[in-house]
Amino acid sequence: MKIGITCPYSWDVPGGVQQHIRDLAEALIDEGHEVSVISPADDDTPLPPYVTGAGRAVPVPYNGSVARLSFGFLSVSRVRRWIREGGFDVLHVHEPEIPSLSLLACWVASGPIVATFHTAIPRSRVLLVTYPVVRTGMEKINGRIAVSEAARTTLVEHIGGDAVVIPNGVATRRYRKADPLPGWPGPGGAIGFLGRLDEPRKGLAVLLKAFEILGPQRPGLRLLVAGRAADAEEVLHRVPAGLRDRVVLLGQVSEEDKVRVLHSVDVFCSPNTGGESFGIVTAEAMAAGVPIVASDIEAFRQVLRGGEAGELFAAGDAADLARAAGRLLDDDSRRAELSAAALAAVADYDWSVVARAVFSVYETVVLGSTQVAVTAAGGEFS
Amino acid sequence: MITDIVIVVAAALLAGVYVSWRAGRIDRLHARVEMARAALDVTLLRRSSVALELATSGLLDPATSLLLAGAVHGTRQGGSGGMGPPGQDSGRPRDLAESDLTRALRAAFSQPGFRSSLSGKEGADELLAEVEAAAHQVFLARKFYNDMVAATREARNRPLARLLRLSGKAKAPEFFEMDDSLVAENTGASLGL
Repeated sequence: MKIGITCPYSWDVPGGVQQHIRDLAEALIDEGHEVSVISPADDDTPLPPYVTGAGRAVPVPYNGSVARLSFGFLSVSRVRRWIREGGFDVLHVHEPEIPSLSLLACWVASGPIVATFHTAIPRSRVLLVTYPVVRTGMEKINGRIAVSEAARTTLVEHIGGDAVVIPNGVATRRYRKADPLPGWPGPGGAIGFLGRLDEPRKGLAVLLKAFEILGPQRPGLRLLVAGRAADAEEVLHRVPAGLRDRVVLLGQVSEEDKVRVLHSVDVFCSPNTGGESFGIVTAEAMAAGVPIVASDIEAFRQVLRGGEAGELFAAGDAADLARAAGRLLDDDSRRAELSAAALAAVADYDWSVVARAVFSVYETVVLGSTQVAVTAAGGEFS
Repeated sequence: MITDIVIVVAAALLAGVYVSWRAGRIDRLHARVEMARAALDVTLLRRSSVALELATSGLLDPATSLLLAGAVHGTRQGGSGGMGPPGQDSGRPRDLAESDLTRALRAAFSQPGFRSSLSGKEGADELLAEVEAAAHQVFLARKFYNDMVAATREARNRPLARLLRLSGKAKAPEFFEMDDSLVAENTGASLGL
């Protein structure tokens, strides 16, 4: 089958949606399908052979944070050309509610379209209010996939209609084995964090507060933090001076180093306070077999099987996190138990399983339908 | 003896007149800050509504439309944040939300060939001109408001005004800082990224 996939976010910026698309495309290619992805990307970024660049993405504020997106009439004409030349049997758009390529693809295309919704937004009215703007495009979607129950609920509440839930996949074998970074985890133990440092919903602030409690009690304990931040100095200054040398900031790390980071800590922490629909990073930590302590938001509760495959603490509660992490650090057998449970639980999320589930959605929407084409009405900018 | 009393009384009177004049001036400044604030509020609202009109005009591609509509929605939800409470205190502070709208407008307007792609379409030139005019008015109104705030704060902070609490219970007015330039200087840097 010829499959066209659109990515709304810049390919050169690491992110959950981009990684989802990459892993899905590669799993589908492994199964023998022909896949083409269109994504915003800087012109000099090396792209895998199956990715078409749609030009440089522009950083714009959207929904309270800054995203790098592609919009405007130039992007429209690039998407049209990609669809026209692709001759796809099915078009798979990701996050069509975001003002970027996927929305544009819905606008200009006709034929079988599948959409995947990644985001869970509690109580946000922005989707509700802006929906009239995107309705025409959204109504062309034949099959909808949500990556989690939370994302599905957002879709049902804000847009209406329903979706099948197909959780994110994890390329589990990529995470299974890696050498720890030199000197880690160290005799005093180590807690790990991965994610944007300056994105409040990722919850680093909660972890730093918990470290203020744990640090003085455990003189050898260290914190290993990997992720992008606009101002890393500022992050470090939030830690009391006496503990600062025990918080190690790695900045943004490569995919390989990310796996090594996961193997460098005794406990991995996912302190997110919300906005997470699945928690890909948490699932990757599970695939690495690290014992996990995570906030009890819906997405984590589900992936960690209600606490069987990882310790849960009250979201946003630093004292509770300190308690839970402290208990885990002290209990070797509990850590081994959680590690084994996490490895078992994460097998359900392997990409090979997920790609087959996604493919059966493609098969359903192409039944009795023609190829994907460019509509005459949409996007006449030339 | 009597002349001494006359001099003391006259001096006290003069001092009283002077102090009350100073108090009256501070009071007038506060009133003018309020007027400038109302004017700024109006220009911000006008800019939001013109931006929304552009977003829903059908002239733009849906992604740009959605970007603008989302940013407008953010300004309507914005809490106080520097300028007192026109909206509820939910969502993003108003100064940040309004800056977000500026950046969304700037991102739309700074696409290469943006104007030429729209020119010739019904009502496009007028609408773009209206957006620019509304944005310029925000720039002016904010400048005037901040000037007035600076003058008021200066008057409040003079030693005599502080000693005698001439500003009474009125709170010191706050500056309203935001990104209000529609002209893209140097994309990344001007967005603070």
